[in-house]
Amino acid sequence: MQHSVSIRDLSLNFGHVKVLEHLNLDIAEGEFIVLLGPSGCGKSTLLNCIAGLLDVSDGQIFINGKNVTWEEPKDRGIGMVFQSYALYPQMTVERNLSFGLRVARLPKDEVERRVKRAAEILQIEPLLKRKPVELSGGQRQRVAIGRALVRDVDVFLFDEPLSNLDAKLRSDLRVEIKRLHQRLKNTMIYVTHDQIEALTLADRIAIMKNGVIQQLADPHTIYNKPVNLYVAGFIGSPTMNFLEGEVVGGAEPVFKANDGTVIPVKTYEFSQAPNGSAVKGVLGVRPEHIAIGEAAKTMPFATEVEIEIVEPMGSDTLAYTKVAGQAIAFRADSDVHLASGQTVLIGFDPARGSIFDAASSNRI
Amino acid sequence: MTTTATVSSSAQTEATDVKSRVDPRGPRPKPFFTPRKIIIYSILFFACLYFLFPLYVMIVTSFKTMPEIRWGNIFAPPIEWTGEAWTKAWTSACTGLTCQGLSPGFWNSVKITVPSTIVSIFIAAINGYALINWRFKGSEIFFSILIFGSFIPYQVMLYPLVMLTREMGIFGSLWAVILIHTIFGMPILTLLFRNYFAALPVELFKAARVDGAGFWRIFFEIMLPMSLPIFVVALILQITGIWNDFLFGVVFAGTQNYPMTVQLNNIVNSAQGSPEYNVNMAATILTGLVPLIVYFVSGRLFVRGIAAGAVKG
Repeated sequence: MQHSVSIRDLSLNFGHVKVLEHLNLDIAEGEFIVLLGPSGCGKSTLLNCIAGLLDVSDGQIFINGKNVTWEEPKDRGIGMVFQSYALYPQMTVERNLSFGLRVARLPKDEVERRVKRAAEILQIEPLLKRKPVELSGGQRQRVAIGRALVRDVDVFLFDEPLSNLDAKLRSDLRVEIKRLHQRLKNTMIYVTHDQIEALTLADRIAIMKNGVIQQLADPHTIYNKPVNLYVAGFIGSPTMNFLEGEVVGGAEPVFKANDGTVIPVKTYEFSQAPNGSAVKGVLGVRPEHIAIGEAAKTMPFATEVEIEIVEPMGSDTLAYTKVAGQAIAFRADSDVHLASGQTVLIGFDPARGSIFDAASSNRI
Repeated sequence: MTTTATVSSSAQTEATDVKSRVDPRGPRPKPFFTPRKIIIYSILFFACLYFLFPLYVMIVTSFKTMPEIRWGNIFAPPIEWTGEAWTKAWTSACTGLTCQGLSPGFWNSVKITVPSTIVSIFIAAINGYALINWRFKGSEIFFSILIFGSFIPYQVMLYPLVMLTREMGIFGSLWAVILIHTIFGMPILTLLFRNYFAALPVELFKAARVDGAGFWRIFFEIMLPMSLPIFVVALILQITGIWNDFLFGVVFAGTQNYPMTVQLNNIVNSAQGSPEYNVNMAATILTGLVPLIVYFVSGRLFVRGIAAGAVKG
């Protein structure tokens, strides 16, 4: 099958600073890919390279099988939506939408037809005669999406399109982008630092750090089977609990925490089973995978702890405590009454957790 | 005082009701005549007088007759108002060999100022735009050299430029002055436009590129419509600067194209006869009128543009 977007060995240097390093990425036709990472990880840079707004230092970019590495942005079949909307302030919404078409010298009736269709899809028909300053943030971003829409592009590029909106609008527009993708079935590449956006929208997420893709997988895998400590810590809120210790392999593998607490990890699926000798390791457990009270008794590992701090969040409650002398947070249903100083039984199944090699920080 | 007290106390008890009432808000209004304000305004007042007084003397003198000026009361308003000096300054005062007043000089100045302003601003705007949005290898060095150029005194470059224009065959013509003004306007204007364009969101430029617009289309359709304030600043700088120029006009324009400033100098410094102070004053005011009008008309826009262009960069 032909890839919609294919990136081969892409590198980009600004002077001596390596922003992107030998990056490879294949995106299938109609796929929704999210590039996720903290600021400065190179995700926006990668998007700009795909758009043709930055010249790459090395490597190639293919879009629909065509090598576009040195093509002009307009010849790549891409449309881009920016964080600041980037609407031309002196033009009406209609002129904003049709600008690219007018540049391409499309016939007038064709321009009108396409603008009308885009306005219909995005429900911005009543706004066509207005100037961008007269629009709300959400409306502006719709127009910005429309500008990519009218050009009938193969690939949509989104550069943090929702970051400038308030929380309510953000979740509304998020759903709309998803709906748009389901309707248009275009390939979409979406850059964000918001993991909720990434998890909700993506077919696959590429988590980036220092110009390198750490893990490229569907949201479920990213969440449940993070490939290394970085990904494990980046995804999930509150973050995954990490217990330091060592992994002892064998028929009955165990995780021995630093203070000597033994946690049986027989249920855990090792990708590379450790041999008999002990390896320095980190056991990661998500706060939402920790059971309390009766439910904890059935878990392979359970222990009594004293709660230090309780944070009621409305839908659920976060509690902070210590297991094996190391800080642990866990999430409980808001019906469960918890108070600081209280002693409760908590437990978890290592099968739902992750074990990492402390030296390489990779999942084992 | 008692009413306010009750309002504020009831405001605490019934918070919902209080919005409908007229409630004093904000800090207590300050009296106008504080010692601080009195000092500030009196300093401003005297500074104002100090600067306006010469102008007053010029205006009254220009409306006096010569005998009245010779009496010596330079501060007194004219006993007999007459516009003769103004007419003479404009039409028949002697500027060197000819005696046609300042009017030819005025039109020469227009002929120099208009094209020089347009050409220099246009090129500088493109420079600034290219330096920010189409960075090329060495663009920063290019910019540094350009800025460095503005620190070199004019006199150093005067003779080389004379030779250059002579080689080009335009020395002593309007073309030469226009070229020279364009060159010398370049550093400051480029800096101005570069900083202004740098403050515009770069994503607009990127969006236009994705939309398929090229160098000129982005410049004319996206950048220019957003740069009115900085164009006003550049216009004012150039119009006043070029209008007030003396040195380049006297060196490069040739006698038949002398700008107003040069001809004013010739009127005021003419050696023959007794100096006609009223004509000199009128001629000077006439020469200064164009920059004055430009400032008055566009002063507010000027300040706004300077603030917009200079803060970031």
